[in-house]
Amino acid sequence: MSILLYAESAEGKFKKTTFELASYAKKLAGDMGTTVTAITINATDNSQLGKYGVDKVLAVKSDKLGSFNAKAFADAIKQAAQQENARVVLFNSTTDSLYIAPLVAVALEAGYASNVVAQPVSLSPFQVKRNAFSNKAFNITEINTDVKVLTIGKNSFGLVESAGSAAEEAFSPSLNDNDFTVKVESSEKVTGKVTIADAEVVVSGGRGLKGPENWKMLEDLAEAFGAATACSKPVSDLGWRPHSEHVGQTGKPVASNLYVAVGISGAIQHIAGINSSKVKVVINSDPDAPFFKVADYGVVGDAFEIVPKLTEKIKEFKAQNS
Amino acid sequence: MKILVCISHVPDTTSKINFTNGDSEFDTAGVQFVINPNDEFGLTRAIWFKEQAGASVTVVNVGNADAEATLRKALAIGADDAIRVNATPTDGFFVAKQLAEVVKNGGYDLVIAGKESLDYNGGMVPGMLAGMLGYDFVNSCIKLEVNGDAATAVREIDGGKETLSAKLPLVIGGQKGLVEEKDLRIPNMRGIMMARQKALTVLEPVGADSKTKAVKFEKPAPKSAVKLISPDNLDELVNLLHNEAKVI
Repeated sequence: MSILLYAESAEGKFKKTTFELASYAKKLAGDMGTTVTAITINATDNSQLGKYGVDKVLAVKSDKLGSFNAKAFADAIKQAAQQENARVVLFNSTTDSLYIAPLVAVALEAGYASNVVAQPVSLSPFQVKRNAFSNKAFNITEINTDVKVLTIGKNSFGLVESAGSAAEEAFSPSLNDNDFTVKVESSEKVTGKVTIADAEVVVSGGRGLKGPENWKMLEDLAEAFGAATACSKPVSDLGWRPHSEHVGQTGKPVASNLYVAVGISGAIQHIAGINSSKVKVVINSDPDAPFFKVADYGVVGDAFEIVPKLTEKIKEFKAQNS
Repeated sequence: MKILVCISHVPDTTSKINFTNGDSEFDTAGVQFVINPNDEFGLTRAIWFKEQAGASVTVVNVGNADAEATLRKALAIGADDAIRVNATPTDGFFVAKQLAEVVKNGGYDLVIAGKESLDYNGGMVPGMLAGMLGYDFVNSCIKLEVNGDAATAVREIDGGKETLSAKLPLVIGGQKGLVEEKDLRIPNMRGIMMARQKALTVLEPVGADSKTKAVKFEKPAPKSAVKLISPDNLDELVNLLHNEAKVI
C-alpha cells in the first residue's frame, strides 16, 4: 500500500507546485499510515523530492517519453500505481496533469475528484472538499472505490519540508505503439515570462485601460512584482490581448497569492475565475465597481496615475528587501 | 464524417449559486440554463465542419427531461439531431459510460466535448470517454482541422501551445479558440422552427456504477470589507501587502 504522486517536471525541473503536492502526499500518508512514492519522467534531480516527504522515487528515463504524450504518460503512471499498490494517486492541476488524470482513473477503475482544495475531510468514508460552480461554491465529494485519483488545486496546501530522503529506483514501464498515436508536431512556449499558471502574483487589466496601447504600464507593474499579466474577457474579445491571458470563468483560472485588478469592474464571471487567489487588490476609478466587494485592498482613482506610481513603490520595496 | 457533440446543461454564467435540501442539491429555482460554454465552442466548430465538409452533427446530453430545451437550442444553432440519455448524471464516470455506449452504437468519427462544465468543473468526462473507448484524445483543444482520417489539433499548454497530429476516431476536450467568441451563433427564428422538426431520441441508460458522490455543498465564507487606501498613500498599500497580507 502507498500513496503515489506524479511529480511533474518541465525540461527536467520540478515546479513549486510539485513540491506542494509532495507535501500534501506526506501529510495524507501520515494520516493513512502509509508511505509516499513519486513517479518522475525524465526529471534531472530526483533527490529534491525527499525534502518534501517523498519516501521513494520511481524514476523513468526514456527518450520515447521525451515530449509529453498523455496516453503514454498515463500508461506509465498506471503501471507504477499497480506496482506500488497505490490507494491514492495524486496529481497537480497543471494543464498536462489534468489531461492525464482521467485516463489514469479509467485505467485503474478509480473514482476521481478534481479541483481538490484541502486534505480529505474524512478518510472513511473518503471525502474531499473541491471547488465547484466555478469557485462560487465548494462541493464535498465522496469516493467509494478502493483506488482514488485526486487532482489538487494550486495553493491548496503549503510547502512542508521534512527531514527524510527519497530512495531512487529506475522504473521502466512497458509501453506499446498504441500509446504514441497522438504525436507532437511542434510547440511554442513563451520563454522568460512568468505564466499565469506558475505566477505568485498576477496583474490583470480590464476595459478601464481604454486600449491595448496602454498595456505597457501594466507590464511594467507586473515586471516590478515579478508577476504574470492577465486580462478580463472583454479585453480578449476586443483583441487587445491574446486569449491566453483571459482569466475568468470561461478563461483561465487564477490561484495566485496576489491578484491585482486594474480597470476591471468585476463581473460575476470574472470574480469566479480569480476567487481562489489569496489576496485581491482592486484599482478602479468607480467606487461602486462590484469588484471592491470581494477585494482585500482597494484604491479608488485614476489607474493612469496610480499604476506608474505603484510600480515605482514596488521597485523601491524590492530594492530594499532583496 | 459523423460528429457527436456532448452538451452539458448548466446554469448561466451570471447565475447566483444556491443550494437546497440541507445543502445537498443545487437550487435550480430562478436559474436560467444554457449550453455549457466550452461545449458551445465545440458545437460551433462541428457546425462549421458540417457546412464546409458535409459532416453530420449529433448532439447528446446525459440528463433529465429539463435538459431538452438546451438540446433544442443546439438543434436551432444547426445540429442535425439530438440524443438524450434519460438519467440523472451522478458522476463523471457514469456520464462517460453512457456516452461511450452512444459512441459505439452510433459509429462516430469525432467526439467533441467541452474540457469542463461550468457546474461541477470535473474536467474528466472527455478523458474518461477516450480512455473507455481507446480513442485518441486531445484536451484543452483550441484549434482543430480534419483531413480524411487525419486530424491536426492545437492544445493550450502552460505558457504556450502545442500542435498535435492524431487519427480519427478522436475525442476532443474543447474550449474557446475552437471558434472565436464572435463566431458563436444565436438561434434565429428559422433555426428555432426547424429545430422543432428535428429528431430528439430518448435512450435509456446502460447500467453503470457511480464511483463518486456529491455529498454536500458549501458556499465560501463571507468576505470582510475591503480596506480602501488613498491613491496618495501607496506606501501604505505596499506596507499592507508586505506586513499584513504577507504576499510580497
